[in-house]
Amino acid sequence: MLSLLWLVPAIPFASALALAVVRFPRRVVAWIAVCSIAASSIVSLIVAFSFLHTPPAGNAYTQVLWTWLNVGGFHPEIALYLDPLSLIMMVVVAFVSFLIHLYSTEFMIGDDGYARFFAYMNLFVASMLTLLLANNLLLLYLGWESVGLCSYLLIGFWYRDPENGRAGRKAFIVTRVGDTAMVIGLFLLFHDLGTLNIQELMQRASQHWAVGSGVAAAAAFLLLGGAVGKSAQLPLQTWLPDAMAGPTPVSALIHAATMVTAGVYLIARTHVLYSLAPSAQFAVAVVGAATLLIAGFSALTQWDLKRVLAYSTISQIGYMFLALGVGAWPAAIFHFMTHAFFKALLFLAGGIVIKALDDEHNIFRMGGLRTQLPVAFWTFLIAGCSLAGLPLITAGAFSKDWIVWGAGSAANGSMGLWAVALAGILLTSLYTFRMIFLVFFGEEHSQVVKKPGMAMIIPCVVLAFLSIVGGYMRGPFGRFLELALPWNASAAGGGHVSEMATETAAGLVFLLGLMLAYVLFLRKKPSTALLTATAVGGALHRFWFSDWAMDWFYDRLFVRPVVWIANIDKGDFVDGIYIGIGSLNEITWRVLRRTESGKLRWYAAGITIGSIVFVAVVLFL
Amino acid sequence: MTGVPMSYGLILGGILFVLGLAGLLMRRNLLFILISIEIMLNGAGVAFVAAGSRWMQPDGQIMFLFILAAAAGEVSVGLALLLRFYRQQQTLDADAASEMRN
Amino acid sequence: MTPFLEVAFYVAAAVAILSTVLAITRLVAVHALLYLIVSFLALAVVFYTMGAPLLAALEVIIYAGAIVVLFLFVVMMLNLGAQARETERQWLAGKVWIGPVLLSAILLVEVIYLIARARLSGGIGTIVGPKEVGIALYGPYLLGVELASMLLLGALVGACHLGKMETRT
Repeated sequence: MLSLLWLVPAIPFASALALAVVRFPRRVVAWIAVCSIAASSIVSLIVAFSFLHTPPAGNAYTQVLWTWLNVGGFHPEIALYLDPLSLIMMVVVAFVSFLIHLYSTEFMIGDDGYARFFAYMNLFVASMLTLLLANNLLLLYLGWESVGLCSYLLIGFWYRDPENGRAGRKAFIVTRVGDTAMVIGLFLLFHDLGTLNIQELMQRASQHWAVGSGVAAAAAFLLLGGAVGKSAQLPLQTWLPDAMAGPTPVSALIHAATMVTAGVYLIARTHVLYSLAPSAQFAVAVVGAATLLIAGFSALTQWDLKRVLAYSTISQIGYMFLALGVGAWPAAIFHFMTHAFFKALLFLAGGIVIKALDDEHNIFRMGGLRTQLPVAFWTFLIAGCSLAGLPLITAGAFSKDWIVWGAGSAANGSMGLWAVALAGILLTSLYTFRMIFLVFFGEEHSQVVKKPGMAMIIPCVVLAFLSIVGGYMRGPFGRFLELALPWNASAAGGGHVSEMATETAAGLVFLLGLMLAYVLFLRKKPSTALLTATAVGGALHRFWFSDWAMDWFYDRLFVRPVVWIANIDKGDFVDGIYIGIGSLNEITWRVLRRTESGKLRWYAAGITIGSIVFVAVVLFL
Repeated sequence: MTGVPMSYGLILGGILFVLGLAGLLMRRNLLFILISIEIMLNGAGVAFVAAGSRWMQPDGQIMFLFILAAAAGEVSVGLALLLRFYRQQQTLDADAASEMRN
Repeated sequence: MTPFLEVAFYVAAAVAILSTVLAITRLVAVHALLYLIVSFLALAVVFYTMGAPLLAALEVIIYAGAIVVLFLFVVMMLNLGAQARETERQWLAGKVWIGPVLLSAILLVEVIYLIARARLSGGIGTIVGPKEVGIALYGPYLLGVELASMLLLGALVGACHLGKMETRT
């Protein structure tokens, strides 16, 4: 049964190809797209059951399809590697993709590029699954780049508006910076260890490199660079808010549930490397902690519903990075799973609201929708509580508390990180309930134009269910994952804080955020307008709104000098040499033309000069 | 028989030729240009005669005879053209005949 | 060569040069032609001293006598008038003759240098009479004579045609 593994990425890839090449009627397109992902999802579940029922030797299964190339001893294969980590991620990605595809059949119904959309989406799913299942870093990089490509294509899906193209380009270029670091890291790894096969790599790394060696740290930092770019962490997070220019299902699938977690997957996969380079691992934690705070503050000030969710995504992935940084691998992956559920749901439900109000994104123009859009309201509320961490009944609470506890108690953790994680919960709670209160409570500012159909409601309900229930799987989940990713935190000394203390603190902080949001955004006194009207408040508001001025900063630091240099070279100085030759010819012609005056005496003078020269030559040479 | 060295004769021819050349380049009136051309032909002839005299052969003189014939022919045709030119342009300005410029 | 002839050579050469210089710098065409005649006559003397009496005669007859007269005819036909003098004066302004004179001077210097360097020997002055010229002309140079006559025929026809004052097409 495990040999069916190759079908999981292959089916979406085939359907993407079919949708791209053949022109089908709209209904057929929808069926093909959704069924292919459904098939992939079913196969992944079959494989999962088979794996759980009869685990293969070493808890890992490799399926080699063919050898990609064979050059000078370097022979990467197209091969799929299944272990608990990739199994979990594969199942989650396939299933959530299926739900979002179902949702999109109705969401994108009025669009011209229907087939194009689904072709891109299917290609994306195929690439993501390839990335997750790759057994060597080269194939992983192939998947990595493909998802980046699909992200670009889908962000700029409505290509007629140049702003969308700009957002797509920004995403691509910023992640490119990360990808370059990653490629250099791959070169370094291959150069030093002679292979890119992940398992062999990890083995050789632990044999050849001592803990704390410079090479290991270099490789780890470079891979971190790639992960930071793809997962939109500090300092490469600027592309994700702008990526909201794409259609809402795209934001749900790519920029919430799946692609942005590729960085998390990469670090988890190469965790041996990070164990060998504690400085790099600490950097991961710091990046995660800093990002979750920064993004949290930024999310507080946004007025576009999707942008709030984008910053929220950045912040939550920061939590995952924090977990990776302190060595709490299962916590990170568990949070990935629950985050996939509730963040996708937030986007989908938000998409219902946006569509219902005829493409209105501004939350200050929404309000009082809880009676008009009940499904959207309840699912959004459930997802929001999961995001903020409503204790005991939401999955998000379980996963987030696990991370916060890990931050405090793991071997690499510290009280500082623990405090930062808790502060993050406060922010999360605050901006989530701000969103909920502004959109669904209060007085109506816009009219509901369209109510959602079944294709949009069902996925939301399913995801809402998972957002609640998913948390109870923490125990078995953790044990299962430890087969692949050993977690030494529970072994190494009970840490600084106990789990109980963490959970209580988290719950209290959640309530604090909820109350603040209630006071500020439902009761509206003191009014937030007063806060932003003060000099400090206003400045802070603008600062946080502009993503801590990082866009401005990057523009000054990178974009302007490059554009300036490009402008200087506008005439292309190399071209100038060739043009110069032509110009020289022309100038010479012009000068010589003057000598053809048509005047007799002028020509006679020419003859005279010529004869003087010749006589001189005869005389003196 | 020593007398005037041949080089003096040649130099005389050279001077006359150069004078004709200077006149050709200087003057703008077509008539004067034709006159200067005659002077140049004459100068060349002097050189021929000097050489022939030195070698005591008639060849130099014969060359000059031919030059003479050619000069005569050239003058007649040249003056006819000059008359034509004057009839057309109403001037004898050599610079006016520059339609072949550029 | 008798000293008398030597002196005659130098004097006649000087006259020729001087009158040529004057000829090319005159403003009125007729003046220039008159100086030209003087130059040709002086050159006839030079030819005589160089031992070419036939050529001396021919120089006077043909060059001074026919060609210059032809020039004079044309000048008369053109009938240029007084303002031609003014035009000539303008055309012969200062910066006009500097260049040509310079070029010619350089050429002259080169030619003289060339001649002087050649270290030629031998003098001119032996008379080569018309008889020898005639024998050579109708001997080895017969073809040249015929060609010259054809050339003159062509020039005749050409001048005749070009000179016609035709008004009808």
